[in-house]
Amino acid sequence: MRYVQEFRNAQLVRNTLNELRRIVTRPWVLMEICGGQTHAILQYGLDQLLPPEIELIHGPGCPVCVTPLEQIDRALEIARQPNVIFCSFGDMLRVPGSQHDLFSIRAAGAQVRTVYSPLDAVRIAQQNPDRQVVFFAIGFETTAPANAASVLQAQALHLKNYSILTSQVLVPPAMHAILSSPARRVQGFLAAGHVCAVMGYWQYPPIAEQYHVPMTVTGFEPLDLAQGILTTVRMLEQDSCEVKNAYTRAVTYEGNRPAQAMIEQVFTVCDRNWRGIGLIPQSGLNLRPEFAEFDAEQRFQVAHIQPQESPLCIAGQVLQGLKKPADCPAFGKQCTPQKPLGAPMVSSEGACAAYYRYGRTISLNSTSQP
Amino acid sequence: MCLGVPGKIIEIKEQNGLLMGKIDFGGITREACLAAVPQAQLGDYAIVHAGFAISLLSEEEAQATLDALREINDLDQELGLSLG
Amino acid sequence: MNQNPPIPPIEGPLCPLPLRHDETIVLGHGSGGQMTHDLIQKVFLATLGRSCLPNGNDSASLALPTTPGRLAISTDSHIVTPLFFPGGDIGRLAVCGTVNDISMSGAQPLYLTAGFILEEGLPIQTLQRVLLSMQTAAAQAGVQFVAGDTKVVEHGKADGLFINTTGFGWIPEGRTIGGEHAQPGDVILLSGPIGDHGIAVLAARGELGFEAEVESDVAPLNHLIAAALQAAPHIHVLRDPTRGGLATTLCEIALQSQVGIWLDEDRIPIRPTVRAAAEMLGFDPLYIANEGKVILIVPADEADAALTTLRAHSYGQLAERIGEVRRDPPGRTLLRTTIGGTRVLDMLAGEMLPRIC
Repeated sequence: MRYVQEFRNAQLVRNTLNELRRIVTRPWVLMEICGGQTHAILQYGLDQLLPPEIELIHGPGCPVCVTPLEQIDRALEIARQPNVIFCSFGDMLRVPGSQHDLFSIRAAGAQVRTVYSPLDAVRIAQQNPDRQVVFFAIGFETTAPANAASVLQAQALHLKNYSILTSQVLVPPAMHAILSSPARRVQGFLAAGHVCAVMGYWQYPPIAEQYHVPMTVTGFEPLDLAQGILTTVRMLEQDSCEVKNAYTRAVTYEGNRPAQAMIEQVFTVCDRNWRGIGLIPQSGLNLRPEFAEFDAEQRFQVAHIQPQESPLCIAGQVLQGLKKPADCPAFGKQCTPQKPLGAPMVSSEGACAAYYRYGRTISLNSTSQP
Repeated sequence: MCLGVPGKIIEIKEQNGLLMGKIDFGGITREACLAAVPQAQLGDYAIVHAGFAISLLSEEEAQATLDALREINDLDQELGLSLG
Repeated sequence: MNQNPPIPPIEGPLCPLPLRHDETIVLGHGSGGQMTHDLIQKVFLATLGRSCLPNGNDSASLALPTTPGRLAISTDSHIVTPLFFPGGDIGRLAVCGTVNDISMSGAQPLYLTAGFILEEGLPIQTLQRVLLSMQTAAAQAGVQFVAGDTKVVEHGKADGLFINTTGFGWIPEGRTIGGEHAQPGDVILLSGPIGDHGIAVLAARGELGFEAEVESDVAPLNHLIAAALQAAPHIHVLRDPTRGGLATTLCEIALQSQVGIWLDEDRIPIRPTVRAAAEMLGFDPLYIANEGKVILIVPADEADAALTTLRAHSYGQLAERIGEVRRDPPGRTLLRTTIGGTRVLDMLAGEMLPRIC
C-alpha cells in the first residue's frame, strides 16, 4: 500500500530509535492522546524498543471509551424501539451500558447495524422510508466532518427519518484537563495526527506554553510514531515547549478549512461528560438549533436516563494516564474483552483491551530463546 | 481514534449536493465524501476516515519526511552508531 | 375373450414433465410425498450425478478399506450469506469444509452425507447451482455422497439454504496427527496467503460498501495434504485456519500442545488487496477466515521437503515457512513484528468488527 508500507520500514525505525537512544539523558514521560496510536504502538511492539528512560502513557484518545454512560444508555433506549434501525460504528457495539450493550439488545431483536460511514446510515434511511434511522455520532474532531456531512446530506434529501445521537468530543479541553491535574506526570505530548489533519495545530502552542509541555503532531505508522517520540524528546532535552509537526504529509498549521467550516455549520460547542473522567466544560459538540430536527435525543425524548457505572472499573484513572490497565484489580479477571466492565476494555483502541490483547499480562523478558 | 488510510482518487462526482469520489486503496475501492477536499484532482491521494476524506496527502511532504529520516541513517553510520 | 396387456407396476401418478426452472421451493417439497420424491430424483440426484451412490434405502451401507487404520468422522453446518460469492458458494464451502476437516487428521476422505434445510421461496434454479457446485467440488476431491436429507421451512426461517455435511475418511495405521503433537524445534508452514475468504464474503455482503478484487480461496486440500505427507511422513499437526483465522488456530494448537509458537510477521503471506481491505476497515488479517489453507507443523528435518512439495501443487504455490515451535512460553503464541518488537497473539474475542479508531 502506497504511503503506508514505506512508513513501516524496519531499518528506518531502528535508526530513528538509535538516534533517540543517543540523545536521551534522563527519564521522560510522554502521552499519546490518540487511541489509534496506542493501538499501533502495542501492535508493533514499539514500546518495547524504546530506551528505558522513555515512558509512554496512553491518554483518553478513544472516543469509544470516553462516550459517557448516559449516551450509551440513550442509544440502547432508542435502539430498542420497534420501528428504529440503529446504526453505529463497529467499535460501539460491545460497549457496556448500565445493564446491556448494543450487541445483546440486537440478540433480543433490536435492529442494530454496523456501518463504516455515517453516510451509509443516510443511505439506509433513504432505503427504509417507513423506519426511523438513527446514527450514533461519536468521535473526536476527525469524525465530526463526516457526521456533519451526513446531516447536511439528509437535509438536502429532505429526509424526515434520519437523526443522530451525538457524543462528539474535542481534544484541546481534554489536554487542559490532563495537564492541569495536580497528579499529572505527562511532560511531552504526541498530538493526534488525524485530529490535526482536520483542525490543524494552531490550538496547541498556547497550551504548550501555558503548561510548558512540548508537543509533536504525530502519525500512526511505526516510523511516524518513532519520529514523533524522537522530536518530542529532542525538545524536552532542550527544555523547549514548542509544537512541531512530524506528520507533514497530512497536516498543516491551519488544518482543513472546508472540514472546519462543515463542523462549524452543523455543530456548536457544549459541555460534555467524559466517561471515567467527568465533566469537562466546552469539550463536546452538539447540533445547532437549526438542525434540531436531526437530533435523536430530542426526537426520541431520552433525556432522563440515570446511568450506573460498575464500581470495579477504574477507567477514569487509566484514561488520564494515572494508572496502567494492569494496575486494575479487575483487569484480566472480572474484566476481559469477552465480558468488559468498562469501555477501555471494549474498544480495540481502549488501553485495557490493547494491553490485554497484546499480552501485557505476561513478562516477555522471561521467555527463553531456543 | 481516527483510523485514516491513504487512497488514490479515481473518480469524482456530485451526488445529492455533496462532492463524492471513488477511492482505490490498492485493489480495493470504496466511495468517500470529498466535500472537505474540493481542490482534489483525479490521481491525488487522500486520507480517508469513515468514508470521508479528511485531507489530501502531500506526496512531496511524504518524500521529504522519508528523506529526512534516511539522513539519520547516514549520520548514524558516520558516527558508527548503527546497531540494526 | 380379450387379453389385456399386463399392467406395469405403478408407484403412483408420475409427472412426465421436468420441474420448471422458474419454480420455487414450497412447503410441499418437504412433506415426504411425491413432491419430495420428484425433488430428490430430478434435482438432487440428477445434479449430483456420478458423485452420488444412491440406493433408495433409508441408510447406506459401505465397506471400509481393508488396510489397517481408523475411521475419521467430521460434521459441519454451513450458513454463509450471501449464498454465492467470488470464488465460491455455500455448496463448495460445504464440501470442501468437511473434506478438509477429515484431511486434517491425515485421513483420506471417502464419503460425504449432505443434509439440506431449504427456505420456502428458494428458487429451484439456485438449488441446482449449489448442487452442481457441490458435485464439482466432490469430484475434485474424489469423494462421493452416500446419504442425504432435505427439509423445508417457512419463509424467513433459513436465509435461503442451510447445509450440513458429514464426512468419513480412513486414517492409515501409525499416523498420529493432531493439535496436541507440536514439539519444540518443529517448523510451522502455511500453504498460502491468508484473509482471502473473509474479505471476499464481506465484500459480497455489501454492508460495508467496498469492492475488492478478491476471491474466496475455498478449495479441497486432501490431495495437497496427501502429497505433503508423502514427502514428510512425520508431520505432527495439520489444521485449517477457518473462523478466527491463523492467529486463533495457532493459539489453540499452542494450548493443546503446551508449547510456545513463534511467528515472523514478515514471512506471513497476505495478498496486497486483502491487506489493503483489512487496513481500510481496521481488521487484522491474522484473524480473518480462510477456507483453502492449511497449517503444517513438521519436524525440522522434514520441513524443506514439505515446503517444496507444497509449492509444487496448485493450492500451495505461495506456501511459506512462517515460524517455529519452542518450549516457551508454554501455551502462548507470539509474533515478531516487522520492526523487531514482539507481540502476544490471543484468540479472537467475539465477532470481528470494523473500527474507526
